[in-house]
Amino acid sequence: MNNEYVLKMEDISKEYFGNKVLKGVQLKVRPGEIHALMGENGAGKSTLMNILFGMPVIHNTGGFEGTIEFDGQKVSIDNPHKAMELGIGMVHQEFMLIPGFTVTENIKLGREITTPTVASALLGKSLERLDTAAMAADARKALDTIGLGVEEYAKVAGMPVGYMQFVEIAREIDKTGIKLLIFDEPTAVLTESEADRLLETMRVIASQGIAIVFITHRINEVIAVTDSMTVLRDGTFVERLETKDTTAARIAELMIGRQVEKLVEDVQEDKRSIRDDDLLLTLKDFHVDMPGERVRGVDLNLRRGEILGIGGLAGQGKVGIPNGILGLYPASGEITFDGQNIDPKKLGDALQKGVAFVSEDRRGVGLLLEESIQQNITFTAMQIQGKFLKKIGPVTQYNSRQAYQHTQDMIQALDIRCTGPDQWAGRLSGGNQQKVCLARAITMEPKLLVVSEPTRGIDIGAKKLVLELLAKMNREQGMTIIMVSSELNELRSLCDRIAIVSDGKLTGIFAPDASDAEYGLAMSGVVEGDKNHD
Amino acid sequence: MTKEKLKKTIDAIGWPRLIVCLFFAAIVLTAYVNGIDVASYFSSTLKYWGMWGILVLAMVPSIKCGVGPNFGVSLGICCGLLGTLLAIQFEIAQKIDAVLPGFGPWASMLFALVIAAVVAWLVGVGYGKLLNMVKGSEMTVTTYVGYSAIYLMCIVWFRAPFNSGEIIWPLGGVGVRNSVALETSFGGLLTDFLGFNIGSIYIPTGAILFVLGACLFVHMYFRSRTGLAITAAGANPTFARASGIDVDKMRIKGIALSTVLGAVGIVIYSQGFEFLQVYTSPLNTGFICVASVLIGGATTAKATIAHVLLGTFLYQGLVIFTPPVSNQLLAGTDISDTMRQIIQNGVILYALAKAKGGSSNE
Repeated sequence: MNNEYVLKMEDISKEYFGNKVLKGVQLKVRPGEIHALMGENGAGKSTLMNILFGMPVIHNTGGFEGTIEFDGQKVSIDNPHKAMELGIGMVHQEFMLIPGFTVTENIKLGREITTPTVASALLGKSLERLDTAAMAADARKALDTIGLGVEEYAKVAGMPVGYMQFVEIAREIDKTGIKLLIFDEPTAVLTESEADRLLETMRVIASQGIAIVFITHRINEVIAVTDSMTVLRDGTFVERLETKDTTAARIAELMIGRQVEKLVEDVQEDKRSIRDDDLLLTLKDFHVDMPGERVRGVDLNLRRGEILGIGGLAGQGKVGIPNGILGLYPASGEITFDGQNIDPKKLGDALQKGVAFVSEDRRGVGLLLEESIQQNITFTAMQIQGKFLKKIGPVTQYNSRQAYQHTQDMIQALDIRCTGPDQWAGRLSGGNQQKVCLARAITMEPKLLVVSEPTRGIDIGAKKLVLELLAKMNREQGMTIIMVSSELNELRSLCDRIAIVSDGKLTGIFAPDASDAEYGLAMSGVVEGDKNHD
Repeated sequence: MTKEKLKKTIDAIGWPRLIVCLFFAAIVLTAYVNGIDVASYFSSTLKYWGMWGILVLAMVPSIKCGVGPNFGVSLGICCGLLGTLLAIQFEIAQKIDAVLPGFGPWASMLFALVIAAVVAWLVGVGYGKLLNMVKGSEMTVTTYVGYSAIYLMCIVWFRAPFNSGEIIWPLGGVGVRNSVALETSFGGLLTDFLGFNIGSIYIPTGAILFVLGACLFVHMYFRSRTGLAITAAGANPTFARASGIDVDKMRIKGIALSTVLGAVGIVIYSQGFEFLQVYTSPLNTGFICVASVLIGGATTAKATIAHVLLGTFLYQGLVIFTPPVSNQLLAGTDISDTMRQIIQNGVILYALAKAKGGSSNE
């Protein structure tokens, strides 16, 4: 029996509805080692873990190709229960704990220790009595293993997030025969000191011979704690590395690296003059309390006439910046726009002063799905600027003729494929919906256009059109644009400068042709000076 | 292919509307075959259509602003009753008639409408604030508000210091009587105004004109900047916020307008009925209004004026045509009211079952 690896996944491929998300990926983990699984959002990390865990989402969509060997045996894992029996545990990113239960109850849920009673002798095992003392002892042991001092009879509700994370871990290691533990971005929700303790705990667990797969974006944590790693990129296997043989910069390069294909042709020559002293927008100590996309103190200058990209991994706060400026989430800090102050607490203040916004959540925020294209395009300009209104005596009415005409012009200018201005926005394809959103923003004739994830969920052809449209507006009308996107490639092909946000803070502003390593490090939150780690 | 087409047509019309239409047609046909005086019942239907139109119209703003059907329209109704009682108490009709003969009833109705509308707007703003606190369970809350308002006002009616002989109990004493005649104020004013007969069908021109006027007003309101903002706030609150609209404020405006329409509606209803029904009589009005607009084809998230007009006509038609037909077919039973209840509550149930959370996201 070959016992070198506890887990060997080989040649794993998976497609969702014809869309290949994993292409012949392999993952090998030795017993007792901490192995990092790294990659950008969408690299295929979660899909790979879902396969390993036998999640229904995999089997409902046609299964996968490839082989899994666990502990030297070829296995087929077709449901999560099977994975647990084999000794695979998972610590989830969102805690799967019941708040009203005690720590012990949470740890032992579904695996209670029971003693027979009269009723159970007659009516079956489900009526056995809980052996609370034995359960508490087990829980204590598990908690001690990871060094969590919390009482085993305390309720989970109201505990600090870090504690809940540890209770989850305790639950996993309490399972007998656990051989492999998956940590899915465990440090994302923790404070710095909690994260340090977690890493320490991982070492303790690994020293008992349990293998750990550690999913994370944070390169410095990987360097600090892991023995080896697998890097994925766009669903393909890039490399398996021993941590001691590599550097942070090298890892970053592997995660990001790809040939930069030009997404936008140079539409026309660049006649813009962008001056460093002509600022359109400045942010000072800008905070936004947007759940999942917190911004924690950003200072940023935007020059008139440029396209500024804001990039970074999901959940790091890049999306929070535009939403905060527009006042959609509680924000604080100083926003100066074209000589005026924007009050982020006043809804619509930014709109009134000449900022237009295309939201990342097209169907949720960007559109009235059951209203006409016309209504969608003209709505904001009508509400904010009083366009498309006419006076009939003392009453003001919507000027549908003017709005119709304008919508037709927009449909032509942006090449929106539809049956006419009356068609419901919800009936359009993603790309055309995005154009409707852009048309609404343009209708406001803004001084600054803020687009968030403009190409999310639209096909490659439409993507190109949208990006070209942005380039055209910038070059021809001199419109200043902030573009927020998860796709670095897209930012690099369009923007003049790209700001990278990590953990709610700015980690660098780069030229579009800066190296992959620079981008990678900034996106992983490695601050300058930290990067020569070996 | 044809089957698909049929399914599409049915989907477009909607099952409840289709069933109720067919049922109504069957009832009218049965009535005709059995020699029942269809024309006179048709006249009644038109009259009741004019009486209920505005009460049902009150559903439109509340559905459009995102609250859903306003079961608590009785809150507005109470304001309307108050306005009318004050008009009688102050003898507006008699006083104006003395100065401008013939204009007394008009002045009286106008007075009642203005008081009703002003009070209803104030009450509606408070009601809207309440509904902003209970987002997600508006329909339950509106139902309870409707009931509570009626019973609270029962106490008020019982103790209110009116002293007009037409309002208080006939043998003297305190409190409003169960039903107050509008003979000396504005009873039948609109129903009779410019009324004429086509054959033996009576057309209550004044009432119909008033309803259509109110519909036009609501239509224009929802074509104004504020109205469109209210609609957007209802259809997709986050979209509205992203366009700088204060969603809560828009919901309050929608609810206040709904309450005002409820108040105006009961004044118009009462002039047609020629009596003011106080105490618990309006208890079920909310349900009737909701059922009417739903029968007309509205959903809990979308309603238009066409839904109101069609729905009110169908509902009132059923209420008026069913008793004679069922008496003829099943003599001695009271099946008609049972039928009405089944249809009314069935349609509401159907609409609630169809309603999905966040309807704007398909």
